[in-house]
Amino acid sequence: MFCLKDDWELEVPDRYFTLEDYEGGAARWCPGCGDLAVLTAVQRLCRDEQLAPEKTVCVSGIGCSSRFPHYMKTYGFHGLHGRALPVACGVKSRRPDLKVFVATGDGDCCSIGAGHWIHAIRYNMDLVVMLFDNAVYGLTKNQTSPTSPVGLHTNTHPRGAWLPPLNPTAATLGFANVSFVAQTVDWHPAHLHAVLKAAYHHKGLSFVRILQRCPTYTSDVFAEMQKDAAQLLLLTGGDNPELDAATLRTFPNQRAHDSRDLDAARQVADQQLPMPVGVLYRNPDRLCYEEFTTVGLDMPVADKLAAVQREFDKFAV
Amino acid sequence: MTTIEGTKPAAARKHVQVVPEYIVEIVSDSGEGAQKAGQTLGAVSAKMGNGVWTVEIIPAEIKPPARSRAGASGIRVRIGASTVTNTGDEAHLVVALNEQVLYGRIDQQAYKAGTIVLLENKWAHDPRPEVRAEYAAAVAAFRAQGLDVREVPLEEACQKTAQDVRVGKNMFVLGLLCWITSRDLDKAMEEVAFVFGKKSQDVIKKNQDLVRAGHAFGEATLEQRFEIPPRRTDQKLLVLNGNQAIALGVMAAGIELVAMYPITPATSASHHLASAFHKVGGVVHQAEDEIAAIGFAIGASYAGKTACTITSGPGLALKTEFLGFAVMAEVPLVLVLVQRGGPSTGLPTKVEQGDLLASLYGQPGDTPKVILAPATIEECLHFVVTARKLAEAFRMPVMVLTDANLATGVQPIPRPAVDADWLAPPIDQSAWQNGVPAYDWDRDTGLSPRPIPGQRGGEYVLTGLAHTTNAKVAYDPDSNQLGCDMRSRKLAVFGESLKPPHVHGDPDGDLLVVGWGSTLGAIEEAVDRARGEGHRVSSVHLRFLSPLEPGLAQIFARFLRVMTIEINYSDAPGAPHGTAQNRRLAQLAAVLRERTLVDIDCWSNVAGQPIAPGRIHAELVRRLAAIKGGA
Repeated sequence: MFCLKDDWELEVPDRYFTLEDYEGGAARWCPGCGDLAVLTAVQRLCRDEQLAPEKTVCVSGIGCSSRFPHYMKTYGFHGLHGRALPVACGVKSRRPDLKVFVATGDGDCCSIGAGHWIHAIRYNMDLVVMLFDNAVYGLTKNQTSPTSPVGLHTNTHPRGAWLPPLNPTAATLGFANVSFVAQTVDWHPAHLHAVLKAAYHHKGLSFVRILQRCPTYTSDVFAEMQKDAAQLLLLTGGDNPELDAATLRTFPNQRAHDSRDLDAARQVADQQLPMPVGVLYRNPDRLCYEEFTTVGLDMPVADKLAAVQREFDKFAV
Repeated sequence: MTTIEGTKPAAARKHVQVVPEYIVEIVSDSGEGAQKAGQTLGAVSAKMGNGVWTVEIIPAEIKPPARSRAGASGIRVRIGASTVTNTGDEAHLVVALNEQVLYGRIDQQAYKAGTIVLLENKWAHDPRPEVRAEYAAAVAAFRAQGLDVREVPLEEACQKTAQDVRVGKNMFVLGLLCWITSRDLDKAMEEVAFVFGKKSQDVIKKNQDLVRAGHAFGEATLEQRFEIPPRRTDQKLLVLNGNQAIALGVMAAGIELVAMYPITPATSASHHLASAFHKVGGVVHQAEDEIAAIGFAIGASYAGKTACTITSGPGLALKTEFLGFAVMAEVPLVLVLVQRGGPSTGLPTKVEQGDLLASLYGQPGDTPKVILAPATIEECLHFVVTARKLAEAFRMPVMVLTDANLATGVQPIPRPAVDADWLAPPIDQSAWQNGVPAYDWDRDTGLSPRPIPGQRGGEYVLTGLAHTTNAKVAYDPDSNQLGCDMRSRKLAVFGESLKPPHVHGDPDGDLLVVGWGSTLGAIEEAVDRARGEGHRVSSVHLRFLSPLEPGLAQIFARFLRVMTIEINYSDAPGAPHGTAQNRRLAQLAAVLRERTLVDIDCWSNVAGQPIAPGRIHAELVRRLAAIKGGA
């Protein structure tokens, strides 16, 4: 062999992962559920990034979308209602080597777990947080959620929801230390995949709100938006993923957006029609809590023991 | 040895009484430094080889109004010739920086007739007439109760040395108490230098001067001092409180993460960890709330790093759902519960053992878990180390129940020889054995190996839903029955490894007292006193509350009567509307009855105070008389 250095090695991965390597149990969501599209997008992302299944953890709370980990063939944690984020942060705290995806719903994240949402953004640990927002409680059979539109008829508000809905992206952009906020829709696989990929490559907490169809209870909520692409506004430029020409053509409305400008991001987030999709905000320089939580992770046992002995001796008389 | 001029001849001249133990208190308004003075006195005594128990008197508010009866802040130091295991009965001497705070302590029966009260007398000359009147009334009232009140010009004397008496008086009082209790002044100087070690040399010297001045003041003005002969020991000792012991236990267990939310009286354990944990490769996560704290800990444990969360009663209530989850999903977890007075917000700074039943049964559904109850400060340390190992071996949460008495009591303990075996081993990242399910329950023991994320081939989804051995959600009756059986069986298997508890006293007799937690020292002291008087009484102190130590029914059978003594609520026998059936019992009594079918009585209260040995002794004598009268 010539023209090669002595230490040249052919990099042949000893493992190559296909989509099947990430496919867990058969999904038991309703036919037509938007969650299926997200599941496929995440499996594609894992395959594209060649994530080792044993090093990947999907954490969720409770709700339809929180069944997500069961349908992935990675490690999973299907926890308590509203508590996906503290668990995911705990997983990450002493195991920065694990890739962690969080699946949470609008009830899980924005209602019962809202306190954790605020603080998880502040901790800014390296997680991909997917908010499956179908504007309703599905698993408990059709109750109003904090993102339900006014007037939505549900079992808890049969005469129509009273309160104005909470805007998850606008809210997140108001939390301290926010580093990545994006919005996408389940019915546009190319955009969904591209946004999740951008989220995965961001170091810090990537918050992705996914408008997600619930064919059973909120089939009307996103129906117009799905039929009429003019109701979406594609954000381009900045940290937005490069889309191919064919994909770009599916968005009649496009706007160049400076995703490093927090004020601009907040203005865009407040907009509802057309609904902005893309990376609203990204700041790669935000402090990540792992810098603090991983202290002494590789401390040799002998050093640790000696340090413990010193701490004991501080109380010696 | 530096001596204060004239000390030695004066000591010879003055009356020195040798006593087996001496209990002093300093009571003051909050913020006057009484606790620092008392802790230093305790440390000096421990260094001299005395037994010591120090307990802080803490008001619930940070800065209660000055001169208020309920605002008493301070400290009690019990110094003994031999090991001291509890806070003791009435104090022999109290230094009071104002008269109002003494009322509260009198209500708590902290003093007896003859207790010497060294009372700051500046209030007698206060410009406010109402203060002068209050002072005069109090002095008269205290004397009428038999207290030996001596009005002393503490502040006036202290002013000669200190620039700011408000912050310097505590060290002056320390010096005074060193004289009264014949402490080694050199050791006191060393200790003051240690306590103020982070401050400048100037600050250290000023405080040492104040201690010397207080010492000289005692010498000049008081006639009598006491000597508590130390029992010299070559054993290496640590002087610390129960929460500091918890913190050291966490470090020695090799736990890397403590997730907590501030709550009295548990928080100080985290304070100590926050100052030192990083040096041993650990981190304290102050979570956004109690739920997030346990969730974060469970997340870390799931990922292979068994974590600890530390809380108190109201925090436990919030953690309930996750605690049940950890049982169901079989996640190792160490939960330290520093109990305080309840129910609800209750008595945040006071002592109670009221969370046993909440710990055992507080979660919906069947939630078998290990519950340990350290009885001493030394055990606070060791039990955390044990708890981590049990949590991992049995794949379940382990609770460690302490209380405000252990948390704030300071005692010298033998320095444990920390061993590398105490530390958590590195997490297993080898490939998972092919085909072994995530819950491969051994049908006999309920035990199963646990895949850790990173282990290739071990991928599974942890869920709080009913699940199969393969961690698949399963709502069928057999799967849920099996899961419940297996989790319960682990507890039974662990119980088999326990030894029957030690009986303190004779193995048979008229009365057996059963206790748990911080009451150990007081109960045994009372039992010893009663036995010394010829009573046939023994005691058993339980460290394992779930599963219970074995052989209890057999031990109980050798006594005419069995009763628990606990610091939690029970209906008094004969209370209005009370019947044998509706009487609500102290918590351990209820558990022991359920487990042994023995007719177990109880004596408990919710006064928020440690139960003094003298009060236990009186109750024992009363019960024994009733047993004999009835027999």
